[in-house]
This record gives sequence, C-alpha cells and structure tokens, in this order.
Amino acid sequence: METLIHLIEGFAVAFEPLNLGLMLLGCFLGLAIGAMPGLGSVNGVAILLPITFVVPPTGAIIFLAAIYYGAMYGGAISSIMLGIPGASTAVATTFDGRPMANQGRADYALVAAATASFVGGTISVILFTLFAPPLAEFALRFGPPEEFALMVLAFATFIGLGGDDIPKTIFMILFGLVLSAVGLDIISGRPRLVFFDLPGFYSGISFIVLAIGIYGIGEMLWTLEIAGGKVEMAKHQIALKRIADAFRELKGSIKTMVLSSFLGYFVGVLPAAGATPGSLMAYGMTKAMSNDPDRYGKGEINGVVAPEAANNAASTGALLPMLTLGIPGSPTTAILLGGMIIWGLTPGPLLFTNQPEFVWGLTASLYAANFATVAMNIAFVPLFIWMLRMPFTILAPIIFVLCFVGGFAPDQRMFDPWLILVFGVVGYLMRKLDYPMAPLVLAIVLGPLAEKSFRQSLIAEQGDWTVFFTRPLSGITMLIALGLFLYPIHLAWRRRRARRLAEQGGGAGA
Amino acid sequence: MRRAELVMAAALGLFSLYLMYMSQIPPLEIGWVRLKGPGSGAFPFWLSLGMLISSAVIFVRGWRRITPQSQSEEPFLNPYALKLFATTSLAIFAMLFLTAYVSAYVAIFLFLLFFIRFIGRHAWPTSLAVSVLFPVAVFFLFESGMKILLPKGYIEPLFYPLYRMFVY
Repeated sequence: METLIHLIEGFAVAFEPLNLGLMLLGCFLGLAIGAMPGLGSVNGVAILLPITFVVPPTGAIIFLAAIYYGAMYGGAISSIMLGIPGASTAVATTFDGRPMANQGRADYALVAAATASFVGGTISVILFTLFAPPLAEFALRFGPPEEFALMVLAFATFIGLGGDDIPKTIFMILFGLVLSAVGLDIISGRPRLVFFDLPGFYSGISFIVLAIGIYGIGEMLWTLEIAGGKVEMAKHQIALKRIADAFRELKGSIKTMVLSSFLGYFVGVLPAAGATPGSLMAYGMTKAMSNDPDRYGKGEINGVVAPEAANNAASTGALLPMLTLGIPGSPTTAILLGGMIIWGLTPGPLLFTNQPEFVWGLTASLYAANFATVAMNIAFVPLFIWMLRMPFTILAPIIFVLCFVGGFAPDQRMFDPWLILVFGVVGYLMRKLDYPMAPLVLAIVLGPLAEKSFRQSLIAEQGDWTVFFTRPLSGITMLIALGLFLYPIHLAWRRRRARRLAEQGGGAGA
Repeated sequence: MRRAELVMAAALGLFSLYLMYMSQIPPLEIGWVRLKGPGSGAFPFWLSLGMLISSAVIFVRGWRRITPQSQSEEPFLNPYALKLFATTSLAIFAMLFLTAYVSAYVAIFLFLLFFIRFIGRHAWPTSLAVSVLFPVAVFFLFESGMKILLPKGYIEPLFYPLYRMFVY
C-alpha cells in the first residue's frame, strides 16, 4: 500500500512539464540511438551524460533512463531492416528478424519487436516496483564490510558468468580499480599516481572520460571499420491494415513474451549478465521449448519476440541493484550511478528514504516511458528507417565531435578531451584483442566506493581482515563470490579430465 | 594477431610495473600504517601487482596458443582498418591540437570537412553543409543554451559580438 502511495507521488513528479518533456525527448533520442548500427544505450548515455548537468538530478535521470529504455526498443529496427544489430543487446533479434524482413514481413517483425519490448518493459517495471522497496530496506543493515563484499560479488560475476577470457577480465577489473585511485587519496588527502606530474591528474580520472573514450571513440572506430562494407536495406512496405494483421498474429506469442520477460529481468539483475546474454538466453529457451525448433532462424516470429521482451526486461532489472544496493547491473547503469554521484546523490538503500521523489519519479517515468516509446516506435518507424540511410561516415564524425565537446563540458578543461582520445585509441586496440570493456567501466565507477569501504572496515577492525568473512551477511556474499571465482577453474579442470578420459578411451579402443 | 596479443600483454605488464612504482613513491605507503589503516598507496599497489600477474598469465596463454587471438592467422589490423584508424586518430589529434589556437569551432569545422569529404567521400555541398551547420548548432546548444564556453584560442575577440547577442 505504501508503495502505491509512493508510486502515485512519483507520477506527480514524472508528469511535471520539464520531466515529461525530458522523458519524451529521451525516448525519441533513445530510439534513434538504438536504431543506429553500433550505437546502443551505453554509448548514448555516456555521450549525453555531461549535458544533463544543467537540469535537476531527477530530470537528468529521467532523461537518461528514457534513452536507456528507448535504445532497447530501437535496437530491433536495424537488426530487422539491415541485419546488423543496432546494439549488442539486439544481436539475437537479427536471427529471425532479418529472415522475416527478407520474406517481405519486415513490418510484422517491427510490430512484434515493439510489442514484445513493451510487454518486457512493463512486466519488469512492475517487478521492480515490488522488489525494490523491500530490498532497499534490507540493505539498510549493510555496513562497510557488506558493501565491500557486494562489490567483490559484482566483480566475481564477471569472472564466473561473463563468458570472456578470464585473465583478461581480471586484468580489466583491476585496471579500472587502479585508474579510479588516481588523484587525491580520499582518506589521507595525499596525491597519488600523478603521471608525468601533469596537474590534470590531481583531480583524478573521471569515469565519464573513460566511458566516452571507450564507448564513444573506441567503439565508433570499431563500427566504422565494420560498417565500411556496404549494407543492404531490406525491402519494406508499411500499411495500417498489415499492422493490424501483425497484432493479430502476435496473440500466439503472449506466452513467449511473458516467460522471456521474467527470464530477462532476473538475468538483468546480475551485474555481469545484463541485456545481451538475457536476450540470447531467452531466444535459446524459446527455441528449446518450441514444438518446431527448425523454424527458428528462418523467420519465426517468436524468435523476434523472445529476445526483444528479454532485453527490455533486463535493462530494468539492471536498475534494481543499482538503485537499492548501489551496485550497477550493467555498464549503462554503472554510468548512471557515476552520474548520480556527481549530482550529489548517494546511491544505495538510503536513496529510498532520503530522496523518495528521485526514486519514485524515476520509477513512474519508466511506466510512462514504456507507453511513450511503444507509441513513438510504431508511429515513427518510417522516420527511423529513413535515418538508417544516413551514411555512417557523416554520423561518425559528428559523434566524435559530440564526444569531445561533451567530455570537455563537466570540468571545462582541455585535459579531459585529450584523455578521451588516449582511452579511445587504447580501448579500440584492446577491444580488437577481446579485452572486455564492461568490467573496466564498472570498476572505475565502483573503485572509490570499494576502496573506501575496504579501508573503513579495516580501520574499524584494526586490520583484522577476517571481518569480511565473520560477519554473516558479508561472509555469505564473500563465499558466493569465491564460488564464482572458482567456478571457471572447476569447469576447466572438468574439461581437461574429460579430454584425458576421451584420449584414454580412444587409446584402449585402438 | 598473435604478435599483437603478445605485444599488448607485455605492454600492459610494463604499465602495471610502472603503476606499482608510482604507488610506492614516498610518502605513499603500501603497508599498514599504525592507527590509520592501509596506506594511501596500498590499494593501487596491490591491485597493480594483480594486473602484472594477470598480464603475465595472458602472455603465457598467448605464447602457448590457448587464446583464440593467438591462434588466429588474420592480421591484427588489415590495411583498410589500419588506414582508417590512423587517419581518424590523427584527424582527431589535429582537431584537439588546433582547438587551443584557432577555437574549438574552427577546429570542428575543419575536422568535419576533412572527415566527410575525404574519408567519407561525400560530395562537397553535403560536406560543407554539415561541417558549417553542426558547429553552429554546438554553439547554440553549449554556449547560449548551457553557458558552457568552449576554448576560442587566439580568435576569442571575434566572438565578443556573438556573446553579447546570444550568451549574456
């Protein structure tokens, strides 16, 4: 009941003219950003975060969350029309979306994607509303050791579930944490890691600079390279009658939508997983449960519905740990979390008690954003398809310029644009070798918080590091984290044993 | 690709060593300081040691051809990618460098014109239109909208009348 009252108050905040306008603008920009091949929510949020500092925090988060949300819808558009995922989160949508478009059913696929996104988004916002307040209340009991243990757990999920090369993942986590330590020490005030005595490093390396460098410059370089080859737009026709037919056809997909939404939501809550694996898992699950799995990959409508419902649900799922525990569930929410710190908010459970208008305004705006985005998506499909024709060689330089101007804006010093260039170039080269970028961004955002809670715990306990294991909550969290660290080692060991057994078996047979 | 994998791992290892060196320069302490907890350098020092170990593992795995990159025969950057990467980075470098002298706006104009006309090979009218209109839009969004002044270098006086009209 209390939640409902909060939610109604939240709607009052979300429907203030400025917030409503920002939400609509965000949805539209998000759709457009998501639709562009190679650009996803994380790029949009990283590049546009600096310019939100002119509006109040609630408006800023509503704007950015709307972009985040819209991008999940928009990603499907280029997956279907061009066969290139609009963002990594829409990879699974290409499997059946592109064949559908080739069969002249692009409009059916687009309607299915938009509707599934809407269902996924709505179910997950409801789940969010139900779970967030109790989780936040529970988290109020956390002290520094628990906070530190949770962050260790967040990093451990990247190692256990991230699916990237493990030494490279560990390297990137540590790298992000060390980069976050550059500048004045938060506890003693001493300057440290001031490279080449450049005064710019005294104030530290902002996570925005790193995120823009990696997701703005590095990823653009990467996309430019890939988009260099010509892509072909699927033929399409759009008529109202066909759209009505498309809706009718979707009746058979309701079960898929709902199941994928739940799956996506819970995968999204995990820090390392998020929308991309969530949508791939939903696709796999739907295919496995189908009576006719052979139809998948050849233009099956459920193959579009499942990943689209799941990626939207996952994106809301990622907001849950970010708002209640202060642990982001995805790189995009990591950037949002960093933004909140700059806006002067303390992420974590206290947010629900101290800043209810922020939390509930955001939640209410998510409900509203769902309606706005699905309507815009279907209404403006021709516009987004037209935008896809914009050559990447015009779009890319404009984005480069926006990155540097946006990176300059928060602190207004040229040091930051130069740093963005360095991170962009290094990030591009590292990405080519499959060094994962998400743990790096998460680590630079969480780094100062992790160091603070680590040192506070040790100071309070006079250096007794067993405190992380003897307090019940942090002990359990640490054990789960340890399990996630060891899980890949266990897998490798089993694989090696299986291979040896197979070799022995082969030897005996010969 | 294999050579790139090994070179990158080695470079990252050296960088980790540099970070470790930086973290223990006095007065930074990497151990326990009585009554104050871990020293200021402890957090970055021990984590950099972890980075050094990880990069060593990456190197060894690359050496033993365990990672997919170290098995790949493809070049790390094919000639097309190399050319694109080099021209783009240099163009951005030039843009940032020029910003300090001839204002962000002229630098952005030159960068866009170069990129769209010579890398994108679009027609002159398109190239000129985008590279003139975009800086104008940036001016209105940043300077008159958000009151964020971009660097103007030596041509700042030319902007005084614009400031009077649109900014203040």
